[in-house]
Amino acid sequence: MAVVSTPPTLERALPVMDNAEVLRIRNDFPVLDQVVNGHPLVYLDSGATSQNPLSVIEAEQEFYEQRNAAVHRGAHHLAVEATEVFEDARQTVADFIGAEYAETVWTSNATEGLNLLSYAFSTAGLWAAQGRGDAGLKELALKPGDEIVVTEMEHHANLIPWQELAFRTGATLRYIPVDDAGSLRMDVAAEVIGNRTRVLAFTHASNVLGTINPVTDLVGLARRAGALVVLDACQSAPHLPLDVKALDVDFAVFSGHKMLAPTGIGVLYGKQELLDILPPFLTGGSMITTVTMERAEYLPAPQRFEAGTQRISQAVALAAAANYLTETGLARIHEWEAGLGQRMVAGLESIPGIRVLGPAAGQERIGLAAFDVDGVHAHDVGQFLDSRGIAVRVGHHCAQPLHRKLGLTATTRASAYLYNTTDDVDQFLDAVAGVRAYFRA
Amino acid sequence: MSLDQLYQQIILDHSKVRHGSGLAGTDAPEGATTGQSHQLNPVCGDEVTLRVAVADGKVTQVSWDGAGCSISMASASVLSEMAEGMTVPELHQVIDSFRDVLRSRGKIAADPELLGDAAAFEGVARYAARVKCAMISWVAAEDALNQAA
Repeated sequence: MAVVSTPPTLERALPVMDNAEVLRIRNDFPVLDQVVNGHPLVYLDSGATSQNPLSVIEAEQEFYEQRNAAVHRGAHHLAVEATEVFEDARQTVADFIGAEYAETVWTSNATEGLNLLSYAFSTAGLWAAQGRGDAGLKELALKPGDEIVVTEMEHHANLIPWQELAFRTGATLRYIPVDDAGSLRMDVAAEVIGNRTRVLAFTHASNVLGTINPVTDLVGLARRAGALVVLDACQSAPHLPLDVKALDVDFAVFSGHKMLAPTGIGVLYGKQELLDILPPFLTGGSMITTVTMERAEYLPAPQRFEAGTQRISQAVALAAAANYLTETGLARIHEWEAGLGQRMVAGLESIPGIRVLGPAAGQERIGLAAFDVDGVHAHDVGQFLDSRGIAVRVGHHCAQPLHRKLGLTATTRASAYLYNTTDDVDQFLDAVAGVRAYFRA
Repeated sequence: MSLDQLYQQIILDHSKVRHGSGLAGTDAPEGATTGQSHQLNPVCGDEVTLRVAVADGKVTQVSWDGAGCSISMASASVLSEMAEGMTVPELHQVIDSFRDVLRSRGKIAADPELLGDAAAFEGVARYAARVKCAMISWVAAEDALNQAA
């Protein structure tokens, strides 16, 4: 896969990850060291939210103990220090995804990033109609007859903002279907993505199926159609080497809490020339040049999209998380987790009455597996696993259309991270094997 | 609290037997007034459509269709079985008591005299994430009863 770039020289020198290294890594995550319902905690819900290493917790604590102040204002010592670490954090996270500093916008999470884009696009139409802003905004405005394309495997966060953008602009929302093996129908994609397509938004890796989508091929189709590309990197940025420039996407979003950082911080990446002309989503302090009683002029990106006092300690903590992942090596993490994903699927497929969603064993997938247990509702599966100290996600995983397509309302999902051992997966599999007997299915 | 205290035998039994399940083909008794309510838990997709028939001040039939976890299905089954034959005020009293127990976080013990088999759901109250599973058909029954009576 082109998405997994060649590891940096330093990383290549490191051996592949093994259980011994994972056990050392676990020492950095105090929350994992606890007993749940009489069993040592097995945390397999990192796809929903990940745990924080001490270096992240300490980065946030250190900020509050030594530097807390509002950034970009005030001439005092603490304000200068806070601004410095806040902007250093931006550079660290920009480097983490191969972006430039000014192309890296802080958001609350990926959901906010996608809503920001949705509203910026419709406001671009309003501005262009009144001759406001850059002349290039005309190219970004959507109108009836234009099309927005998503996929059938999207998380609601990368679906509903586009439904609403279509509603506001009169554009049409179309989608690329998923086949029985959990892959996008690329033959259909080539039909759906055409001259009317203005925006193509898709997930890098599915939070339900585990599929890694062919970004290069999809970007190629979008380029041919003259469409902008929005990448949901929520399940990729935390788990594999991500280079937004190499992938040549126009925008990308991800959430900090899925990559060892606290909640409340996320990132929107956008190409500089696009971010600098897009109208802002939230307006207010810190994002303006001049304000009169009638109107305001706005700063270029990233401040253009950062109204109000920012999530400063969270940004600092996200940078610490990015450093933790970089030091461990994302290509190594990806390889380890992919192995855990294969172990899950192979094990689940050998248990009678289990249907695994997405790619079969041996086919590429990230380190997660969602499945249906014949005759047992996902809530009951989750409860049974919890009684063994195993944390998984149950429900539709914010992907109702995908579940409907698969004929299911709720499934159980186990998702691994760099702190999970093969023993975690085996305990999970052992517990799943006992579910149907307990519920007499 | 152990898993077996949550999933009592009565719950596991009713999740399989499902008394009153099947709206289609079960016409309401003649002369009865009916009320019907559909309830959905958007978190997990649990869904129940429940119909109550009332004649001469008494509940004569409770039928339902639903999809969901064992607790939600068993809860609808137990409700259906025990409600038939009750007066309207009696069923309201049982629903109120069931709700009080389920929302008490385990602080209010179920009265077996009043709640009968539904007392088996007492343990659910300690699992905040599962309270709605147990409640969904009872909320539907209350709504349907208000329409019917």
